[in-house]
Amino acid sequence: MFFQKEIETMPRKKLEELQLERLRHQVDFCSRNVPFYAKRLAEAGVTPERIKVLSDAQYIPLTTKADIRDNYPYGLFAVPMKEIVRIHASSGTTGKPTVVGYTKRDLDNWSDCVARLCAAVGVTDEDVAQIAFGYGLFTGALGLHYGLEKLGCAVIPVSSGNTEKQAMLLKDFGTTTLISTPSYAMYISEVAREMGIARKDLKLRIGLFGSEGCTNELRQKIEQGLGVFSTDNYGMSELMGPGVSGECVYRNGLHINEDHFLAEIIDPETGIPREPGEEGELVITPLTKEGIPLLRYRTKDITRLNLEPCACGRTFARMEKVSGRSDDMLKIRGVNVFPSQIESVIAAIKGVAPHYELILTRKNYTDYLEVRVELSDASLLEHYGELDNLRNTIVSKLQTVLGLKAKVTLAAPSSIRRYEGKAKRIIDKRNESGL
Amino acid sequence: MAINQLSIFLENKPGTLVLVTDALGRAGIDIRAMSLADTQDFGILRLIVGDAKAAKEILSDIGCVVSITQVVGVAVADTPGALTEVTRLLCEHGINIEYMYAFLTSRGSSAYVVLRVNDNDRASALLSESGIQLIDESDIKTL
Repeated sequence: MFFQKEIETMPRKKLEELQLERLRHQVDFCSRNVPFYAKRLAEAGVTPERIKVLSDAQYIPLTTKADIRDNYPYGLFAVPMKEIVRIHASSGTTGKPTVVGYTKRDLDNWSDCVARLCAAVGVTDEDVAQIAFGYGLFTGALGLHYGLEKLGCAVIPVSSGNTEKQAMLLKDFGTTTLISTPSYAMYISEVAREMGIARKDLKLRIGLFGSEGCTNELRQKIEQGLGVFSTDNYGMSELMGPGVSGECVYRNGLHINEDHFLAEIIDPETGIPREPGEEGELVITPLTKEGIPLLRYRTKDITRLNLEPCACGRTFARMEKVSGRSDDMLKIRGVNVFPSQIESVIAAIKGVAPHYELILTRKNYTDYLEVRVELSDASLLEHYGELDNLRNTIVSKLQTVLGLKAKVTLAAPSSIRRYEGKAKRIIDKRNESGL
Repeated sequence: MAINQLSIFLENKPGTLVLVTDALGRAGIDIRAMSLADTQDFGILRLIVGDAKAAKEILSDIGCVVSITQVVGVAVADTPGALTEVTRLLCEHGINIEYMYAFLTSRGSSAYVVLRVNDNDRASALLSESGIQLIDESDIKTL
């Protein structure tokens, strides 16, 4: 299903012409209206005329999250406050938040992009959509809210938290579409079960899960628990919010809304562009943004692009599920470890729940990784040997995937903290005093 | 003839046992026998209680991983050598004891032994044929 079929199925040649025209316009718009970019572009010798083909984008300097922070709060805005109608900010875990502003046209484009990704997984104006993202400065909730409304859904803006109430509304309001982080969806499913709500009591059919990664294994658990068709979408507040890309019903990659976003893949170490199909860091240039028009923004997300036509008819390139974030990456004894790798292993093992916690410590200048998982299978209690086997299985599977031996601790059910938003699963104690 | 035993997963840290015994105590469930062994990180608590099914429900409600398994209970005289009669019999018939624990009650002169073996039915039959007194679910409440 489509929201704007003509655009979503545009021949690639025509799409790339549109992208080139818009990219030139953005370079011009930024150099005229954002002093930061005027200086950067002049130093790099980039003018709109120098952009002759799309690959010339590589001459434009990259923008990082630090650049946005350095210009806190409004330094990168390209229009006067009179034109800005909405301000969002990312949850700044360290230092100041990153602030973004939207014009009326930005909001209109944003809701189009979100409406498209909802329609692409089968959401229609008949659906009742429960938004369990936290409302506020975070773009997730309002982004989905406006997009779903534009599509014609009945939106329930319940926000995150109060999990019993979430489960009650799912049942009583006949919610058909759930919007949340994947980890929160998993938690809602557990709470619903504890409350005696069965899958047959729910009308839920589609889950739009985003704002954090979700492995295929976790997805399967959510689908079993809630009886939903679970789908992934992607975005970030710096670029717009949710709506940068989303899966179609074939769930074989996330279609990027390429009329609004130019996607490139670079080598995260050197910044050199990589070919389609090669893995690397995703770099995005929003092509129509007015409020805060970034050029070549480094997402830190590791993925690859697929330009092959999709069975759904969309011509938009697909990005693979993000395999990790270059800044989530843990270096443990010199080995690169992505938490998503650990999640895949744990979610695929029978007898444990798909919740986990990673604890990093350092002793005698050596790093140690402890993985805590919750035991769920009571039938293993008959023999210590079986619990030991379970633990050894996890240790050896982790070792195969990570190339690193971790200590695995079996924990009691529900003893690992649940999150209503993005899960925080890493406890890094390596830099604590005395080590 | 067999009795129900509860196995409960416990993390090896202060406070986990309190949760279990407190919940059972408040529900008026009497613990008749127990055994708790540990590894470095976790332990398995094994309990014989008056009403195993009710206890399992209570413990599941407070978030424990619990299972019920069938074990063999025998009464042996509280005198030197009495236990050997049981263990030798099982040994002679190639029945392996995976774990066992014993308890005494304030009444009577018997000691009670809980046995987890690889073949409950065969062990029960053998013990019974040799005149060793087995205990069952109803005995647990009245011992």
